[in-house]
Amino acid sequence: MARNKQRDNPEINSSSMADIAFLLLIFFLVTTTIANDRGLSLLLPPDPDTMEQMDIKIPERNIFKIQVNSADKLLVEGEPLTDVTAIKSMIKEFVLNNGRNPELSDSPKDAIVSFKTDRGTSQEMFIEVLDQVQGAYYDMYADRVGVTNKQWRDISNDLSDPENKRLYDKGRGLKDGKVEFPMNISIAEPSKIGG
Amino acid sequence: MSKFKKKANTKQDIPTSALPDIIFMLLFFFMVTTVLREVTINVKQRIPDATQLRKLQRKSLVSYLYIGEPKKTSQWGSEPRIQANDVFIEPKDVVLWVNQEKDKLDEVERDQITIAMKVDKEAKRGLVSDVEFQLRKANARKLLYTTLQEMEE
Repeated sequence: MARNKQRDNPEINSSSMADIAFLLLIFFLVTTTIANDRGLSLLLPPDPDTMEQMDIKIPERNIFKIQVNSADKLLVEGEPLTDVTAIKSMIKEFVLNNGRNPELSDSPKDAIVSFKTDRGTSQEMFIEVLDQVQGAYYDMYADRVGVTNKQWRDISNDLSDPENKRLYDKGRGLKDGKVEFPMNISIAEPSKIGG
Repeated sequence: MSKFKKKANTKQDIPTSALPDIIFMLLFFFMVTTVLREVTINVKQRIPDATQLRKLQRKSLVSYLYIGEPKKTSQWGSEPRIQANDVFIEPKDVVLWVNQEKDKLDEVERDQITIAMKVDKEAKRGLVSDVEFQLRKANARKLLYTTLQEMEE
């Protein structure tokens, strides 16, 4: 009993461990980047050389034209536009028209958003417009299955889950292997003229 | 008297043994959420903002292209350039580069290669669309423009 009292608490001095951990932490902080693998996804059209040259006549009403010049000025359906965010509601109206207004699209299936830029257009402007166009489509898909835009994007990010796949197909109106509500965004070859 | 003596016996130092554990937790967090920088990026990267972001799922299928104004303007000029794996390439070399990247993947997954383009805000569409055109030729059609999350209203 008396001997026990004399004994010190066996303790390893661990204060330097914190320093070592700090060093490692700082090393990792400096040498790493937080993986930024998020962005606007896009599927490019196939190789133009192997594609059959076909002249398909598309009625004017089914094309929603967005043009941007080298000074990043916007022309939507032939009218100048300064507010980029207005594109979203215009596209929704255009796509969901279903033949009512003769100036707008016949049906969501036929609607095409044509986006043409100039070689001098900045990437920033391009991203801004593409963001609006994709946002309009994601909003419409999300409305069809009754989720929010954010939830829709989460669903389409992970299609391995059967429930997500079902909602994804429902939103895009997949019927007999064909999408009833496709996201037709045509990004045209940029023009070479400065205007 | 005995009362005072007991007080003097209590330890004065604050226990710091939990501190390394906390730091280690932070360390592990950083080790897990980050990737080691594989290439030195030699072009300016002011990534544009967007709201409608999608996330890449299979990171092993992703190859990165960096486009922007070179950081060393005295050596490389101020025109935006394309950087792939530490070197500057011309648009016509993109097909070759894509094929090299595809060779790194399993045969069954080669068609699923995704190209993530990190494009500077100020880069011109002309150059970017040249790259897109080459990607179409190389049959690497899945594309992602890396963007940052914009604060939604």
